[in-house]
Amino acid sequence: MLRQSWWKILCVVLLLYTVIAGFLGDVPAKPILHETIRNLYFHVAMWFSMMILFIVSVVYAIKYLRRPDQVFDIYSLEYAKAGIVFGSLGVLTGSEWAGFTWGAFWSNDPKQLGAVVALLIYLAYLVLRNSMTDMDKRARIGAVYNIFAFAMLFPTLWIIPRMVESLHPGGLGGNPAFENFDPRMGKIFWPAAVPGWTLLGVWISSLRIRLQLLELKKLNHA
Amino acid sequence: MLKSKRSFSHIITLFRKDLLLEIRQQYSFYGILLYVASTIFVLYLAMGEPEGAVWKGLFWMIQLFICVNAVAKSFLQEGEGRMLYFYSIAGARDFILAKLLFNTLLMVLMSFVSLGLFVLMLGNPLARAVPFVLITCLGGVSLSLVFTFLAAIAARARQNAALMAILGFPLIIPQLMLLMRLSNVAFSDALQGGVWGMALLLIALDLLIVVLAVILFPFLWKD
Repeated sequence: MLRQSWWKILCVVLLLYTVIAGFLGDVPAKPILHETIRNLYFHVAMWFSMMILFIVSVVYAIKYLRRPDQVFDIYSLEYAKAGIVFGSLGVLTGSEWAGFTWGAFWSNDPKQLGAVVALLIYLAYLVLRNSMTDMDKRARIGAVYNIFAFAMLFPTLWIIPRMVESLHPGGLGGNPAFENFDPRMGKIFWPAAVPGWTLLGVWISSLRIRLQLLELKKLNHA
Repeated sequence: MLKSKRSFSHIITLFRKDLLLEIRQQYSFYGILLYVASTIFVLYLAMGEPEGAVWKGLFWMIQLFICVNAVAKSFLQEGEGRMLYFYSIAGARDFILAKLLFNTLLMVLMSFVSLGLFVLMLGNPLARAVPFVLITCLGGVSLSLVFTFLAAIAARARQNAALMAILGFPLIIPQLMLLMRLSNVAFSDALQGGVWGMALLLIALDLLIVVLAVILFPFLWKD
C-alpha cells in the first residue's frame, strides 16, 4: 500500500484545503484568541499526528518482539522519528500561539512540560539505540524501551495535565477552545487537517523506511 | 498451583541471594549510605535550613540521585555467565520480580535514612509528619521500580549508569511531579482536595510498571 500514489495525492489535496480554507475561511470571533484560532488547524493537528505516529511505532515494536524481523524494527524506528518531528513542530506552533494569546512564549503549563517530557523520552530512545552496535540486540532492546516509554507517555500527556490547573483545554483552568467547537472549523479540522498532517507523517516515514530497507538489502547481499 | 508455589520459592531464593551478597560485601551498602550522608551534608553546608518549598524540592531531587546510585549496580554486578546460570535455574520473571522486591526494600530503607538526615540537618518544616513518611515510602517504591527496569535495559545494552540516567530522568518526571504535589499535604495544616486521586494514580503507575517489567523482561534477557 505504501508504494501506491493515491494517498499521497489525497495528502496534498487535504493539506492544500487545510492551508487555503484555514487562512481564508470563516472563524468565530472569540475573546483573546481572535484570528489566532486558525492555529488550531496546525498546532492541534500536529499532536494528533504525533500520537498516531507513536502508536504505529509501538505497534511495530510489539510485532518485532513477537516475531524478530529487522523490517519491523525499521518501521518502528522511522515512525518514532517522524513522531518526534511532529512533536517538535507541535511545541513550536504552540509556543508561538501562546506568545500572542497567553502573553508569554513559555509559561511552564503542565501540557507544555508534558510535551517536552514526551520528546525527551523519545530522544532517549534514539540515544539508547545508538549506544548498541549489534543489530538484533539494538532492535530488541529498542522495542522493549519503546513499549515502556509509550506506556509512560499516557500519564505525562493525558492524565496529569487534566488533574492540575492548565491553560490548555481539559485542565482545571477552563480553556474554552473546544467548548462550542464551531462547526465551520470542524469541517476543516476533522476531515482535512488531522488526516492531512498524519498522511504527511506517514509519507515522510515511508520514504525513510524504503531507504532503510534498501540499505538492509545491500547489507544482506554484501 | 505447584508452579506458582515453585516460582514463589524461586523469587524468595533469589531475593535471599541478593540480601546475602549485600551482607557479605558490605562496601556497596555502606557506599550508598555514605553517599546519602555526604550529599545531605553538602546540602546543609550550602543551604543551612531552607524553607518548606526548597526543602521539598531538594528532598525529591536527592531521592532521585540516591535511587540511581542504589539501583544501578543491581544488574551491572551480574556477569554474563552468572546471568546464564540464573536463566537456566529460575526463569526471567522470577528473576526480575526478585530484583524489584529487593531494590524496593533497599530504596525504602534509604529513603527513611535520608528523611531522618534531612530533618536532622536541614531542619523540620513538616506540619504533618505521618503523611510525609507514607509519601516518602510510596516515592521510594515508585522510583526504585522505574530505575530497576531501566537498570536492566542499561545492563543489557552493556552501558554504565550514565545511560540509565539519560533514559530515566524524562520517564520519572511524571512520578516526581505527582510526588511533589502530594507532599504539599505535609507542609501545611490546610486540607487539600485531590490527594487520594494522586496517591491512587501513583499506585496505579507502580502496578503498571511491575506488569510491564514482568511482560517485557523476558525479551531483554534472552540472547
